[in-house]
Amino acid sequence: MIDSAVTVETHHLTRRFGPIVAVRDLNLTIAKGEVFGLLGPNGSGKTTTIRMLCGLIAPSEGTAVVAGVDVVKSPDLIKERIGYMSQRFGLYEDLTVAENMDFFAGIYGLEGPGRRGRIAEVVSFLGLNRRLDQLAGTLSGGWKQRLGLACALMHRPPVLFLDEPTAGVDPAARRGFWTTISALAEHGTTVIVTTHYMDEAVRCVRVGLMSQGHLIALGTPDEVARQVGGTDLEDAFIILQERDEGEQEG
Amino acid sequence: MRRFGPMFRKEFIQMRRDRLTLGIMVGIPVLQLLLFGFAIQTDVRHIPTVVVDESRTPTSRELIDAFENTGNFRIIAHLNGRDALDAWIARGDAQAGIVVPHDFPRDLARGTTATIQVVVDASDPLSSQAALAAAAGVAQVRNLAILSAASSRGELPLEARIRPRYNPGLRSPNYIVPGLVGVILTLTMILVTAMAIVRERERGTLEQLIVTPITKTELMLGKIAPYIGVGVIQMTTVLLLGRFVFDVPLTGNVLLLYAIAFVFIIASLAFGLFVSTLVRTQQQAMQASFFFVLPNILLSGFMFPRQAMPAVFQWIGALLPLTHFLKVLRGILLKGVGVAELWKEMLILLAFAAILIALSVRRFRKTLD
Repeated sequence: MIDSAVTVETHHLTRRFGPIVAVRDLNLTIAKGEVFGLLGPNGSGKTTTIRMLCGLIAPSEGTAVVAGVDVVKSPDLIKERIGYMSQRFGLYEDLTVAENMDFFAGIYGLEGPGRRGRIAEVVSFLGLNRRLDQLAGTLSGGWKQRLGLACALMHRPPVLFLDEPTAGVDPAARRGFWTTISALAEHGTTVIVTTHYMDEAVRCVRVGLMSQGHLIALGTPDEVARQVGGTDLEDAFIILQERDEGEQEG
Repeated sequence: MRRFGPMFRKEFIQMRRDRLTLGIMVGIPVLQLLLFGFAIQTDVRHIPTVVVDESRTPTSRELIDAFENTGNFRIIAHLNGRDALDAWIARGDAQAGIVVPHDFPRDLARGTTATIQVVVDASDPLSSQAALAAAAGVAQVRNLAILSAASSRGELPLEARIRPRYNPGLRSPNYIVPGLVGVILTLTMILVTAMAIVRERERGTLEQLIVTPITKTELMLGKIAPYIGVGVIQMTTVLLLGRFVFDVPLTGNVLLLYAIAFVFIIASLAFGLFVSTLVRTQQQAMQASFFFVLPNILLSGFMFPRQAMPAVFQWIGALLPLTHFLKVLRGILLKGVGVAELWKEMLILLAFAAILIALSVRRFRKTLD
């Protein structure tokens, strides 16, 4: 039986691209309603991990269960239970805000009054009311990101994946975005987010540090900082990463 | 299939907003039709011709008039010597020259063979062929008149009665315009679908679509379905313009033509999907589409008769859906034939559609790797 308090569980998750091991032997357990931060430099395997958990690419080895669904066995079913927002604004710039939401609500199988009701709900939750008729391409970074989140939330997914959601977004909008993330988590949505910003990392319940495809630290931001005897997550992050790279070379 | 609707609607809105695509879809048919319809005339007339009449007699003037009356020659100058004639043709000011020698009336009166010379610039084979045929015709007609006057037999011994069926006026537009329907559909259907898919990949929206529960079939069908309508509109535009601007007949069952065109459009769209799986950027999609369209124009029999091609190219031509669709177009529009005569082409087009759909479905992947 799968523990209902656990929404993501991986065992020995591994992905190779030819001779390169992008993700190596990853073991993770993430609880329902947790905001989990995946940190690490570019190329450390964060995006590959998220893509495997979303069923976008198949693992080379290991297993992963997300929201009760085995991503290897049912990569299609998993897509109904997750929301996904990437660093690249993946919405239609030549459609209006309302048309984008309507399209994704339809793609997630919402129909009739149910669709209209849910769209209205998401619109007021994210404050998109006054932008509805604007073309998505003309929105600023912060508004684009809110629209992206709105589209990813249409089907009330129990798990939300955010791949560097705040890249290119101004600080005020980032703060607002994190308030929204916290609100979602309070209502039981599990959020898995990758980021480069340490002020965002400390807002996560737990963080996992990745380097060269594997996990080098896991715990609350405080726990991770204490692992190297410091109090600052950013210092810990740099020290742990250099240590890992030294081990690889030695 | 419940996600087909939203996909279709979205594609339709985007199509309406995209000026470039709209331009390609509406502009190309109209422009090509006018270009091909007006500019391409395979019957060459009014060839600029110079004359050197050394005899200057009523007989020679009568002969030159006969040349001009065929409509193939337009006399632009009378020159004094053969050197001048050569110079005019060398410069390209004239494409044909007629020389009537001093001896012409004398030989004619004597009953020996009187010769005239017709010089043709054959660097352009199409117009020189027309000139040669017309010149031979003029001589033939004169010969017959002289011989029958001299003979005791009142009637001509033999006459071939030629009946040009289906296009009695031998008009080029009747040949070109129906073919153009097929060429335009091939070009725009392949190009527009290939671009539509690749655009999603380029802009990163395909990645967002892939994480949704939409199936491969819903995605592909929703994507191409709006363009079936576009194809039908294009075809109707060309047929109507052809009918009312170029006087091209619509002899046969137009409904049957639309039914077969539907299959052809599906085949072309499927091929566009296939092209989209081969390329990464919109620019590559455009280049690849034109790469595939060129053999369609050259080898399908749209402009150049396939019978004249070496066997290898006839075979390649047979592998193009357009080749078979052209037979259907000309068969229905000009000859007025139906299923009884065209069933083979219909089956071939159905097979093409099935194969191309299978191929593109196989190649199209709803994953990132």
